[in-house]
Amino acid sequence: MTDARYPHRHLLGIQGLGPTEITMLLDLAEGYVEQNRSNDKRKNLLRGRTVINLFFENSTRTRTSFELAGKRLGADVINMQSAGSSVQKGETLIDTAMTLNAMHLDVLVVRHPDSGAVKLLSEKVNCAVINGGDGSHEHPTQALLDALTIRRRKGKLSGLTVAICGDVLHSRVARSNIYLLNAMGASVRLIGPRTLLPSAVDRMGVEVFHDMRKGLDEVDVIMMLRIQNERMRGNFIPSIREYFHFFGLDYEKLSRAKPDAVIMHPGPMNRGVEIDSDVADDVERSLIRSQVEMGVAVRMACLDMLTRHLPNTDGVA
Amino acid sequence: MGARNSSGLVAYINARLLDPATGLDAKGSLLTNGENIADVGPGLFQGGVPSGIEVVDCHGHCLAPGLVDMRVQLREPGEEHKETLKSAGEAAVAGGVTSMVCLPNTTPVIDEVATVEFVARRARKIGLAKVYPYAAATKHLEGKELSEMGMLAEAGALAFTDGTLAIRNAQVMRRALGYAATFGLLIMQHPEEPSLAENGMMNEGELASRLGLAGIPAAAEVIMLERDMRLVDLTGGRYHAAHVSTAEGIEIIRKAKAKGLSVTCDTAPPYFALNELAVGDYRTFAKLSPPLRSEADRLAVVAALKDGTIDSVASDHAPQDQDSKRVPYAAAEFGGVGLETLLAVTLELAQNGHMGLLDALRLITCAPAAILGLDAGRLKVGAPADLVLFDPDRGWKVEAKKFRSKSKNSPFDDRPVQGVVLRTVVDGRAVYVNDV
Repeated sequence: MTDARYPHRHLLGIQGLGPTEITMLLDLAEGYVEQNRSNDKRKNLLRGRTVINLFFENSTRTRTSFELAGKRLGADVINMQSAGSSVQKGETLIDTAMTLNAMHLDVLVVRHPDSGAVKLLSEKVNCAVINGGDGSHEHPTQALLDALTIRRRKGKLSGLTVAICGDVLHSRVARSNIYLLNAMGASVRLIGPRTLLPSAVDRMGVEVFHDMRKGLDEVDVIMMLRIQNERMRGNFIPSIREYFHFFGLDYEKLSRAKPDAVIMHPGPMNRGVEIDSDVADDVERSLIRSQVEMGVAVRMACLDMLTRHLPNTDGVA
Repeated sequence: MGARNSSGLVAYINARLLDPATGLDAKGSLLTNGENIADVGPGLFQGGVPSGIEVVDCHGHCLAPGLVDMRVQLREPGEEHKETLKSAGEAAVAGGVTSMVCLPNTTPVIDEVATVEFVARRARKIGLAKVYPYAAATKHLEGKELSEMGMLAEAGALAFTDGTLAIRNAQVMRRALGYAATFGLLIMQHPEEPSLAENGMMNEGELASRLGLAGIPAAAEVIMLERDMRLVDLTGGRYHAAHVSTAEGIEIIRKAKAKGLSVTCDTAPPYFALNELAVGDYRTFAKLSPPLRSEADRLAVVAALKDGTIDSVASDHAPQDQDSKRVPYAAAEFGGVGLETLLAVTLELAQNGHMGLLDALRLITCAPAAILGLDAGRLKVGAPADLVLFDPDRGWKVEAKKFRSKSKNSPFDDRPVQGVVLRTVVDGRAVYVNDV
């Protein structure tokens, strides 16, 4: 069974997806949220299918989430980390693709530190590919899980004002979210020091703010981005304390947003760097735990959708 | 010289009021109330001064805003044998300077909130000229990691610079401009490509060749300014070039301004009043950074001051003790003191007919104040009562040994000049009175 509402073999990025495709994936994920909350979490939709998580970068959260998603749909899931693998022994990406083809897998989930590497791999393998994050380019399942989290809380995406704060320059999460939120009719603001915003970013359909208090004024959703340690030592920003002082989310800055504004973070958080602990743990405002839950459901939806297009349909329940 | 009661009213009468910001040049009076200017104008006190107001008769001399010296080196903390905040403060007020902005190249470097606060607190306690610090653009002036510009600005740093060192790495400069622009802050550059200036001692050219001294080519300034203009364009940052000294460097600034970039620059008196010939017979007091340039460059500096390409003039006060200057030329430190000659040498621009008296004063009052966003340099009701009373015509000879500055390394020693400071007022208090 194929689904004409998602006419793509892979999920490489949000850029290029329209509101229909996004909505369809979110609706599908909605069903899996309920399934995951029930006692019987297993479904045999992907029985006999092989999913490989190929991670060239360390990850706990995303890899576990994909693993869980695959297993709950009944697939055989194998994790390959680059450390200790043939990749680290110098195998090229193309050779890796050839090797994987010989294994006849169905879905490949890839994370890679280089922007564009997942697309390159997708052109060489026979299976469906899901981008689990490539460099500073895209992280489509993160944007989808963020959208699902927001939609469940706010009832909609269209018309909302969403502020994305912090290290946009290096963030694939930010880019995927910008594409998705724009496609769904939300307005996007970016907040950060100039050194952490990409050049010409204002051409991506966003409003740019360097003053966090102004940028948070009357927003519905605040997405905080993780700031990497190596970027805090004077290269992009002078220090942790200065960053927190001007761009860390605390209650004082939060008070500028709408009273029912919610807070999100792709994790893992640096408490006291980009976000105050009390804010992160505020059960009324923080959706950070909900994001993790939605992550599994969204990845189940993505696996479900992409396997519908696969030629060998044996094993479909 | 005596401190007066700053809570009362003081009337300055029979003055020639000079306010470059408004173009006011008229006989009149000025009233201070405590720390502020309460009234000013030609018509003030025409019917006499009411009783209970202290009167200062200006005898027709010029009453102008106190000078704003946008670049001095104060040596405290760290090198108090060369200069202290107190000795610099005394030199400043003797020179009519009521606000000075100091470079961060002290020991420790001004790259921490605590050091910014130390300088401000010490200067307040001394109570002479006001002191505002620049903070380091990069930590420890190493040119590698950005300083905490946002917090330093909140603590009172006016702008950011690595002082006498150029920010040499283009990527660091790009990020410094970009990061500062996040908060609308200004970066001041010492525009000199270090690799071309390395080991250099004076302007590269015929004289340096004859003297056998390694030269610093004008290209060192030109290359750095050219590079920086492109980075300003890239980042949208605010940039100020310190002590521009070459004709070609000025041309780059002129073009950048025409293009609409947020760029300003200054020069220092040596670069419009002297040229490389002042080095003469290995005079270490003429060893400055940037070096004194050719006569053609000097003329270009004067022309740029006239047409506004150069926005302001700073003293570039750089105290060096005997041990740093009474040595062979090659071993001598760079720099000259300038607080006590800033007014007289800048007035030469007017005396030589290059510009009017108000335009010359503008360069050392409201122009630098505007660049740095200081509430100073204007005869405005409500503004701080920071004033200088001076006689623009009276001549004197620069005698560096009589300077109040601890260091005597003036490139203008023995120069006949005109313009004597008679009284300097800070926040309504007379902090310097010359009754001679």
